[in-house]
Amino acid sequence: MAASPERKTPLVIAVLAAIGALFVVLPLAALLIRAPWSNLASELSSGGAWTALRFSIVVSLSAAAISLILGAPIAWVLARSAVPARAVLRAVVILPLVLPPVVGGVGLLAALGRSGIVGRWLHTVGVQLTFTIWGAIVATTFVSIPLVILAVEAGLRSLDPRFEQAASAMGASRTYVLRRVTLPLLRPQLAAGLVLAWARALGEFGATITFAGNLAGRTQTLPLAVYQTRQTDPGAAILISLLLVALSLVVLITMRDRIFAR
Amino acid sequence: MTLSVDVRVARGSLQVRANLDAKDGETVALLGPNGSGKSTVVACLAGLLPPDEGTVALDKRTLDDAATHRHVPPEDRPIGVVFQDGLLFPHLSGVENAAFPLRARGVAAAEARAHARELLGRLGFPAARMDARPKDLSGGEAQRVAIARALIHQPRLLLLDEPTSSLDVRARSEIRPLIRSILDGFAGVRILVTHDPVEALTLADRIVVLEEGRVTQSGTPEQLRNAPRTSYVADLVGLNLFAGRLEPLDPGAGTLVTSAGDVVVPWPDDLPREPVDGVLAVLRPSDVVLHTSRPEGSARNVVHGRVAEIAIEGGRARVRLAGTPPVVAEITLGSVDRLGLREGGDAWASFKAVEVTLILP
Repeated sequence: MAASPERKTPLVIAVLAAIGALFVVLPLAALLIRAPWSNLASELSSGGAWTALRFSIVVSLSAAAISLILGAPIAWVLARSAVPARAVLRAVVILPLVLPPVVGGVGLLAALGRSGIVGRWLHTVGVQLTFTIWGAIVATTFVSIPLVILAVEAGLRSLDPRFEQAASAMGASRTYVLRRVTLPLLRPQLAAGLVLAWARALGEFGATITFAGNLAGRTQTLPLAVYQTRQTDPGAAILISLLLVALSLVVLITMRDRIFAR
Repeated sequence: MTLSVDVRVARGSLQVRANLDAKDGETVALLGPNGSGKSTVVACLAGLLPPDEGTVALDKRTLDDAATHRHVPPEDRPIGVVFQDGLLFPHLSGVENAAFPLRARGVAAAEARAHARELLGRLGFPAARMDARPKDLSGGEAQRVAIARALIHQPRLLLLDEPTSSLDVRARSEIRPLIRSILDGFAGVRILVTHDPVEALTLADRIVVLEEGRVTQSGTPEQLRNAPRTSYVADLVGLNLFAGRLEPLDPGAGTLVTSAGDVVVPWPDDLPREPVDGVLAVLRPSDVVLHTSRPEGSARNVVHGRVAEIAIEGGRARVRLAGTPPVVAEITLGSVDRLGLREGGDAWASFKAVEVTLILP
């Protein structure tokens, strides 16, 4: 990492930065201070937390991957195709980012729930999404996909189109250009979109609990486990929260060079 | 004629009307200032921009015909392009860049790479740098990769778009002889797009001049030099050009010995003081001073001869002096009157050695 030139930080910025950092660090520190460390061994050996952790990892990674596979083509269409009402289309597909997740969950129920407009048909062919891990993945993908779209569309717009033109003038078909030129040149943005989508997926709560329910061992991810445990055992909820903090921190630190060093 | 282009095409606010023809084994330069529509013509030839009117034909094959909506897509045209700024793919190594056109045509990776290595080697690309990324290549190395990438699939038409404009002075003098030998060695049609008159004059068999989207003149370098039809052409191609052997003369100076007479020129700082063959020298006509008697002064070059021609272009006159060597001077009409110059009369021309620009082989 290149060293930035030493500069004297203005006082106003230093003070505001300190307050801001304190604001972020305080709740995390409080979790560490209030955690009933003596219960740690019994809580972790109970198994419920590990199941939720495993669910969280599976659901968030699946949702991030599906978001990338479906979101990148949407970004391509928004950036490159002559679609009518592009601004409206973009607003609609970005909407899950600003919508309260619970609204997304209600919408998913109306669409894909057992009596939903599409879910009804799925049910007759034996596909049920609600109260299954598939439902948790669908709900999480719904809120994660806009992050991929935003990152990849920005990448496509900043891509110098002359590289792709040069490739086609060198005899490359459209799919070859896409595979060997466009996608490799977009790698930083694809990676950023994937990581952002994954981060959003890991913390997902509202849409999942509304659409997939909160069933331990079937749809319960770590955030849902925290919520449920909190009602009966606040200390255990803190321990599960710390598990989530640790997981997020590990991934952010291992990923830091890929997304932040650009 | 093997390439025949006659198109009207619009890009942005610029309407470009271009017609040019080129035969096998002939280098045609498309010369024009920035914004004259050169890159639009390049895009059109490469198939990236279908013309609004007219046709592009290569050999007997029609690549574009606006009337019948025929348009052969870029990937199906037998064209090799050296793009302006190189446009090497940043995520591929030098070899992978050079192999790209073969890979795109379905040649297996190992075979394509072997071809690319062999071709790069012939172009003087260092073997140890083959796997370096473009950002780690020097200007000259990157341009060799760009040239290899344009040649590797054995195209029928070689299109060089400003091949030296992105290079610094040193890399440019290194690449120019290479471009000359590439052009000479390429059997098909060669199109050189440039804004650099020296490049056009020294590399092309014929020059097509494009100004503000219109072809204003075309012909051999000789025809353009002798009878420029617009002031732009006069400024750019009306240069005095000398070719010969460079020999050391005295500190800081050398003599360019040409078949038509000697010219005193500045000696390049970093050049060993030994004779060099195949050197070109360029002199702007506006740097030549005319006199009616032998001049005394610091100018190292004094030429005496008959006034062969006085061509009037606007308020200026181009005076061709049949001396050894022959030189063209550009002076105002007032000076023509004041000196009493007339065709067939006698005159002296002088110019300083430092006004002469050398182009080493």
